[in-house]
Amino acid sequence: MIQYLFYFLSFIVLASAAMVVIAKNPVHSVLYLVLTLFGVACHYILLNAQFLFAVQVIVYAGAIMVLFLFVIMLLNLNDASETVKSPYGKLISIIAFGLLLITLVGALRSTAESPVMELNDTSIGLVKNLGIVLFRDFLLPFEMSSILLLSAMVGAVLLAKKEKAKA
Amino acid sequence: MNTLTETIRLVPMNHYILLCTALFCIGVLGVLTRRNAIVLFMSIELMLNAVNLLLASFSVFRNDASGQVFVFFIMAVAAAEVAVGLAIIVMIYRNAKTIDVDLMNKLKW
Repeated sequence: MIQYLFYFLSFIVLASAAMVVIAKNPVHSVLYLVLTLFGVACHYILLNAQFLFAVQVIVYAGAIMVLFLFVIMLLNLNDASETVKSPYGKLISIIAFGLLLITLVGALRSTAESPVMELNDTSIGLVKNLGIVLFRDFLLPFEMSSILLLSAMVGAVLLAKKEKAKA
Repeated sequence: MNTLTETIRLVPMNHYILLCTALFCIGVLGVLTRRNAIVLFMSIELMLNAVNLLLASFSVFRNDASGQVFVFFIMAVAAAEVAVGLAIIVMIYRNAKTIDVDLMNKLKW
């Protein structure tokens, strides 16, 4: 009975992801995206990946969404700002999407029924275990990612800064 | 917590793969159909999330924590990408007064 939670969450994730693409107003898109990201975070809980759940909520639903909303408010976008694409191009993109979906789902369905997921080691996604793996096996990539974030921050500030009028 | 994590014993791995495929395809659809640069970025986030979820579920399936560490790195890269990308969008809007990707054709030859 309780495994229907997985299908319920999947439905929420897919429906709100579709609404992100469909919604005309970018602010609505952002709010549906928050719902999608929370759905994915709940999937992480089902997988007992508690660390990923926390990071997903903090980084995606917190930081990245605030960034999106701020930019939308900064640019003062409304639904009229998006030019209507020709229906011809839209039709082609929808056909391409349908072909991609059919190909992938068809290819994946033809594989043999896979075994069910099993949590043999329930501690795998806990903060303690992941911290040990992160700082023992992946210490160099971890430090590199901090440099990446620093350079991205510097780059974002540099790009967003108003250019000085040339003297 | 135990009863909650018991549930995934009843979910086949296939269903995770199908869910992530569908989510990824919706992201592709967004990139193909929308012209608003910000919605384009959101669609890219959708695709990144699909891949993240798939990596996490395979990590649990294979009992290997490396997959979840990889998801963490992808999130760091995604955050950097969004910060720089949105700064570029703001700059483009300042110069061109639009973020419609169809109108950004100055580099076209």
